[in-house]
Amino acid sequence: MISGRATIIVRRAWAKQSALRKVKDSVVPGPSPAIGIRTIHTSKTRTMASESGSIESSIKDKLMQKFQPTHLEVINESSMHNVPRGSETHFKVVVVSEAFDKESLIKRHCLVNEVLKTELEGPVHALSIQAKTPSQWSSNATVTKSPPCLGGMAREQRDQQGT
Amino acid sequence: MSLFTQIIRPSTRLFRSFQATGLPHCQLRLLSTELKERIDGLIQGKKVVVFMKGVPEEPQCGFSNAVVQIMRMHGVDNYESHNVLEDKDLREGIKEYSEWPTIPQIYMEGEFVGGCDIVIQMHQTGDLIDELKKIGIRSALLDAPKEEEPSK
Repeated sequence: MISGRATIIVRRAWAKQSALRKVKDSVVPGPSPAIGIRTIHTSKTRTMASESGSIESSIKDKLMQKFQPTHLEVINESSMHNVPRGSETHFKVVVVSEAFDKESLIKRHCLVNEVLKTELEGPVHALSIQAKTPSQWSSNATVTKSPPCLGGMAREQRDQQGT
Repeated sequence: MSLFTQIIRPSTRLFRSFQATGLPHCQLRLLSTELKERIDGLIQGKKVVVFMKGVPEEPQCGFSNAVVQIMRMHGVDNYESHNVLEDKDLREGIKEYSEWPTIPQIYMEGEFVGGCDIVIQMHQTGDLIDELKKIGIRSALLDAPKEEEPSK
């Protein structure tokens, strides 16, 4: 039952995403950062995300429960990194909720981190967070792309095996 | 009584073996005073300090690299960086210290600013320019001629 619900959320997120992407492409981007994070192939990532894993579902459920978001995306970006296929180590979450109203950016991130504490202490290695209020999201419904992997994870795993 | 000792003995042994081997890393929740003082020393009195994976010349993680690139764009060159991949204690310790579960982490004048997402967002909204101004750094973006959006 849980996985069924999660799949629906993924599909919904997907539909919105592709619609958004079309809008985004047609509009001249605002003050987009020229920080060299453009060359990312997200299509593959999003395909992987539809194969919803257990950690992904648990992240989704926890965020749904805590923030009752008007928009939620949980994107498994693990395939962008140097980890085995099907891993659930790198995630991006986009949470749009009234709960973030009047909260500072750092507080919003802390709230999300707190909810996902167990995941972050365990299997989840990287979590990128975009926490917005519904009004912020309606004025700018874009998801910042994640930067490409530079291999740090492989180095850490080597270190861990060595100890 | 004998039942009691039967129950208690194995658990005591288990406890001893934990003491000997140390608890699993994820359960180590207490930051040692020594490490806390060390991190205090690393961030206090410094304008900008970045805890990252790799070094600014060669970041080893995309998120760390994004922070380095943003600092470069704002002309912040002489910040202190600490490579957590070279220092396991620091890698875990800084997460506890900041109560922030991921790397990179940015401090300005001893205060925690945030991680990669927050710095990117501050950069996008222009807040980073103001934050830098507060600590007496003039962002290079204020002096840079408006950059043309490169054609796709």
